Amino acid sequence: MTVPIPGADDAMSTTRNTTPEPRTAAEQGTAAEQGTAAEQGTAAEQRTAAEHQAAAEDRGAADPRSAAEDLPAAAAEQRVDLDGEISGGPVAVVEQRLHPVTPLRRAWAPVAVVIGWAVHDPDGAQRQLTRLDPSTLLIGLAVLVPAAALYGFLTWWFTHFAVTESELRIRTGLLFRRTAHIRLERIQAVDLTRPLLARIAGVAKLRLDVVGTDKKDELAYLGEGTARALRAELLARAAGFAPDTAQDVGEAPERQLLKVPPGVLAVSLVLTGATWGTLLAAVVVPSVLWIATESLWTVLATALPLLGAAGASSVGRFVGEYDWTVGESPDGLRIDHGLLDRTHETVPPGRVQTVRIVEPLLWRRRGWVRVELDVAGSSNSVLIPVAPREVAESVIARVLPGAHVPDTAALARPPARARWCVPLWWKGYGLAVTDTVFAARQGLLRRQLALVPHAKVQSVRLAQGPWERFKHVADVHVDTGANKTVTARLRDATEAAALLHAQAERSRTGRREALPDRWMA
Amino acid sequence: MDTVCRTYAGGMETGTVEDGAERAQGEPVWTGLPRGLLRMRRLLLVVWLGPIAIGTGVLLGWLAGPGWAAFALLPLGLLLWGWPMLGRNWRSWRYAERADDLLISRGVLWREETVVPYGRMQLVEVTSGPVERHFGLASVQLHTAAAATDARIPGLDPEEAERLRDRLTQLGEARSAGL
Repeated sequence: MTVPIPGADDAMSTTRNTTPEPRTAAEQGTAAEQGTAAEQGTAAEQRTAAEHQAAAEDRGAADPRSAAEDLPAAAAEQRVDLDGEISGGPVAVVEQRLHPVTPLRRAWAPVAVVIGWAVHDPDGAQRQLTRLDPSTLLIGLAVLVPAAALYGFLTWWFTHFAVTESELRIRTGLLFRRTAHIRLERIQAVDLTRPLLARIAGVAKLRLDVVGTDKKDELAYLGEGTARALRAELLARAAGFAPDTAQDVGEAPERQLLKVPPGVLAVSLVLTGATWGTLLAAVVVPSVLWIATESLWTVLATALPLLGAAGASSVGRFVGEYDWTVGESPDGLRIDHGLLDRTHETVPPGRVQTVRIVEPLLWRRRGWVRVELDVAGSSNSVLIPVAPREVAESVIARVLPGAHVPDTAALARPPARARWCVPLWWKGYGLAVTDTVFAARQGLLRRQLALVPHAKVQSVRLAQGPWERFKHVADVHVDTGANKTVTARLRDATEAAALLHAQAERSRTGRREALPDRWMA
Repeated sequence: MDTVCRTYAGGMETGTVEDGAERAQGEPVWTGLPRGLLRMRRLLLVVWLGPIAIGTGVLLGWLAGPGWAAFALLPLGLLLWGWPMLGRNWRSWRYAERADDLLISRGVLWREETVVPYGRMQLVEVTSGPVERHFGLASVQLHTAAAATDARIPGLDPEEAERLRDRLTQLGEARSAGL
């Protein structure tokens, strides 16, 4: 007895179907095309699809910066499905395969397992190696290598993707078929990642963040040129450009808003408590253990993970956040970063659910802040790793159009009797409601100011415990679509009750002025 | 089955809220939960704690001595305390359908009031477990894109639950909005 509300299906933006029966590729192709024909029934859509196909072929032949030109092998494999004619109408969706280097992406895994085993148990590995005679080894390799190669080839061969008018379709699987239809107007963000090895090979991963997508719904790997062209095309389509022009729109021009200098990033990490905390733990804990047990193995076993954590929180963060650039384009916000692994994120306009300004204690004297953002369905959360407050505020003004960050003086503190509910820390709480955002601050040493645009509020809750009731204060929770809740704590109870209803009203009216899903339409 | 729809500020008899002037004036028309829910919860309380009290009393009195049987007073006390508590909790639950949002208010010591705009509803769910079905009850749960939204109305009449579901779906459709 479950009723999904038509039209309000953001939580189910990806449609998938898995067919657990082996079918031939031809059959599957026909079935897919029939499905397509049924969906796109109108003549107009058929015409655009045909034009789209023609444009794609044209592009493959003529356009020098096209993907096909970059990748001769991929172009050769590019398949145009015309099976649709059998099922009544000339509907064609251009299906493409991933870059031929893709099967190699898991090639290191067996090698890593063998190495890991050898390191973990050197004596055992030695014994096994001496027992192994060359002929068994050769036979084993002769079986394993072609089997792995065949598996890699088949997974690559049976993975197709296609861009239709409104969807990105990813079709995978030999035995268990899986088709993911990702609706373009529901895009929350587009991530283009180039891990170090992929950069060497000249390939990239493309991922559309839609609520409900999982790891399988990424396109890994595509040629770098293809990936960029595809990203531009997907964004153009999602923005609402006509399908036949979407391919020619190209990359939207980008204007740089901010670049974090490496020196500032390094200093900011030095001034972060977490860096020193993990380093201190990595030094103190093994020393104490050495004094207590004098066992080298115990010390090593604790010191290595601790050192690893310390490295990840200092050097790892530096490498990951190196060369952090925030740019602005008609397609949305561009965030590029990384020293070894490069990541390029694009967040289309109107997708940001929450922005948080974090101000660690040691940064306060320099006036630096860190800015985090929440986008539904996306795991990336940092907007600016470190920047002076004014610069950060100007970037936030671009991210949340029309919003300005309320300054500290504008934040209303809880009433003084709230000290009996939360001693000392009650001073850290604050609230400001402007005509565009709901802003709540928390924390005394590490201050954190969260901004929620009124249009992004999903529900508002008022909560009051017995002690809070005795002190006549209450908390107001504001829930957003990125599964984050922003709380204005310890407000006066009468004020909180008024705030609850006023916020629900603002969320409703704010919605009307919000950007449409297709932002260029 | 007999159901008592208690009303609060509005003074209307049924849970069905008509389009009217009273909503425009801002005061929501609250609807309480049917008495069946309280009856079910009290019965469950007795069914669980009664045998536990008797079992503890008999077992301890028999195995450890009559003095130990006093421990049976613990579940008994819990039962006597729980009886009025369930009543208080049941009385605290109420909901109101306004023009653009649904209000749910609940809790005695830990009070919570939730406002969900109709346009934000993704899914309306009506559930009814075996015990609930026996008492002729059903729960309505609203889901928005935020998992933290805990908008659940337990123990409604099945007809009221379905009416609410249909009305919420209809309103949600009319006011639907993206993320």
